[in-house]
Amino acid sequence: MAKITLDHIRHAYTDRPQSPADYALQELNYDWADGGAYALLGPSGCGKTTLLNIISGLLTPSEGRILFDGEDVTTFAPEQRNIAQVFQFPVVYDTMTVRQNLAFPLKNRGVPAGKVRDRVEAIIDMLGIAHLGDRRASGLTADLKQMISLGRGMVREDVSAILFDEPLTVIDPQKKWELRAQLKVLHREFGHTMVYVTHDQTEALTFADRVVVMLSGQVIQVGTPEELFSTPSHTFVGYFIGSPGMNVLPAKIDGATATIGDEVVSLRGAVAAPAGAKTALGVRPEFVELGGEGLPFSVSRVDDVGRERIVHGQIAGVDVAAILPEGAEVPANPKAYFKPEGVNIYADDWRVEVAQ
Amino acid sequence: MLELKNVSKRVGNQVHLSDVSMRLEAGSLNVLLGPTLSGKTSLMRIMAGLDKPTTGSVFFDGSDVTGVEVQKRDVAMVYQTFINYPALSVYENIASPMKIARRPSQEIKDTVGRVAELLRLTPYLDRLPLQLSGGQQQRTALARALAKNAKLVLMDEPLANLDYKLREELRAELPKIFEGTGAIFVYATAEPEEALLLGGNTATLEEGRVTQFGPTVSVYRTPNTLSTARTFSDPPLNFGAVLKTGSQFVPQPTGGDAAMDAIPVPQKYLHLPDGKYSIAIRPHHLSLHPVVTGNVTLSGSVVATEITGSETYIHMAIYERWIMLTHGVHTFAPGHRVEFHFDRDKLMVFAEDERAVEAPSVLAA
Repeated sequence: MAKITLDHIRHAYTDRPQSPADYALQELNYDWADGGAYALLGPSGCGKTTLLNIISGLLTPSEGRILFDGEDVTTFAPEQRNIAQVFQFPVVYDTMTVRQNLAFPLKNRGVPAGKVRDRVEAIIDMLGIAHLGDRRASGLTADLKQMISLGRGMVREDVSAILFDEPLTVIDPQKKWELRAQLKVLHREFGHTMVYVTHDQTEALTFADRVVVMLSGQVIQVGTPEELFSTPSHTFVGYFIGSPGMNVLPAKIDGATATIGDEVVSLRGAVAAPAGAKTALGVRPEFVELGGEGLPFSVSRVDDVGRERIVHGQIAGVDVAAILPEGAEVPANPKAYFKPEGVNIYADDWRVEVAQ
Repeated sequence: MLELKNVSKRVGNQVHLSDVSMRLEAGSLNVLLGPTLSGKTSLMRIMAGLDKPTTGSVFFDGSDVTGVEVQKRDVAMVYQTFINYPALSVYENIASPMKIARRPSQEIKDTVGRVAELLRLTPYLDRLPLQLSGGQQQRTALARALAKNAKLVLMDEPLANLDYKLREELRAELPKIFEGTGAIFVYATAEPEEALLLGGNTATLEEGRVTQFGPTVSVYRTPNTLSTARTFSDPPLNFGAVLKTGSQFVPQPTGGDAAMDAIPVPQKYLHLPDGKYSIAIRPHHLSLHPVVTGNVTLSGSVVATEITGSETYIHMAIYERWIMLTHGVHTFAPGHRVEFHFDRDKLMVFAEDERAVEAPSVLAA
């Protein structure tokens, strides 16, 4: 287990990068705490796999250093870095039994037989697949094979970190719930530093203590799931986290008021937006109440998604979504009220503080 | 109209489909919902004419098309992995089925233009598929299927390989695109949320059988069987065996779970004879706070908590596992005993043979 330091890391896939646009990964300075559970979240092409490959050593960054517990490992190959990896698709030996597969990374490193046995049994119990322990991997379903891959990733206690690259892609939705919870239990139990790459917000938010949101090679925000939800630092984070994402309404900001179309919304406090910036009010659908008070809201569609109803409509010509509880009535000619605690103000897409 | 009558498919001694009968109306959107290997793809292949049923028949607009090859049917398909002609431009890709059908060139031009506009591909018509993002490539495949103007459009988990947010956008667009085409759309997915967002009708599948088929929201709210309810639940459905004894459901937990308190039988189920049943309740119907009507309080030992920012999933060691979905951020140490509450009228009750004893009104209150 180790603290991982990214020291002015930057990466370009071209030989002579000229401008920032040539970099697949923009400059990054960050410490990954020992024993932390991190998720890298972003759309495809955002640089999250590039970053993961730099940590694992599959890729040497064009610039900067990477340190494990203070030791410079920038030029180390993956096998010298002492990390475990779990990939999108199962990597198992079909001719070996489940137990042999789990034991393999340990035997490979000359761990004594008694120790191997104890460790394999601990993992197999944790995964709840002890009854399959002596079955050959070849006959197992894809999701069971992926569970073995997860187990192999966890079996060594002495690794610096465990890296996961979209590990639940092949798993059925129902099974994902189980495996995700098991990963959390394993993390708590063994305290490894874990980095988990995904484009799925639910996986990222439920797995990680801290989520790193990336866009176009840049880290946009690092925060707890709660921070990403309540104070997205960029409109992209507001859009990408949450389903539907945050509503963004162009607004004129003047002290403690925001003007949307002809309507005025009062804010919790004064906002100092930079002069000339494009300003907007962000509010998540969870904080939009439909009733008799607020801004005129024209309903265009209501989706019943089981546990809640999503109401789509427009305010001053801008698309806005509101979330209502299961079975709630949509009032006739509703007005939309933004709960003040859910309102954030953005200038050129970046969040500006509201004075308390 | 597409009609399947008692369709079964066996390959060797493996049953891929078992006695499937269903009618899909023209202009309808139909979702096939089930886990991997439940038979969704097998069913679509038979609908398309790619495979022949072992027994049973397929009718299209009244005529028997069982065994008629796919080329001779009016079918378009979209697969999970985007399939486009790599050497052809986006325009040529979308136009290809119409060119094969030797449609007039003006008609091809108009149709491609219209479909590309619908799928927001107009700026990319001159590009090659590999110069596009995954979402754009899949939209190209969808556009080709639509341009074909087939009477039957089959889509096998078409969004599964796309980014979460792209999936969300296309999901919202698809029903609008379907509207007004008059075609029969069939859409396979493993995700309950996707079925709910698409609307239309849903058929739930399990081990090659269609367990229920009807309007999506009504299958979700009033599942016929426990297994349908489980298939149509994400997060997973909370359920467990109980013994009805007079006015109480006495839990019969399996394994080493802690003892659970008895649950008062809701009014509408009091008439049931005493005996073995299964109860089920959806995760969002469990609450950390007492509920207004019909409150029942139980407790469970926390296994794990998952926080999404706005909500917390609390996994508890009840039966195999129950999950509570609550608003706000809550952290409980594993092993902590947490009290939870629910409205007893939200309980679904299933007989020993797993059939729903009465469709409970989960919309109440």
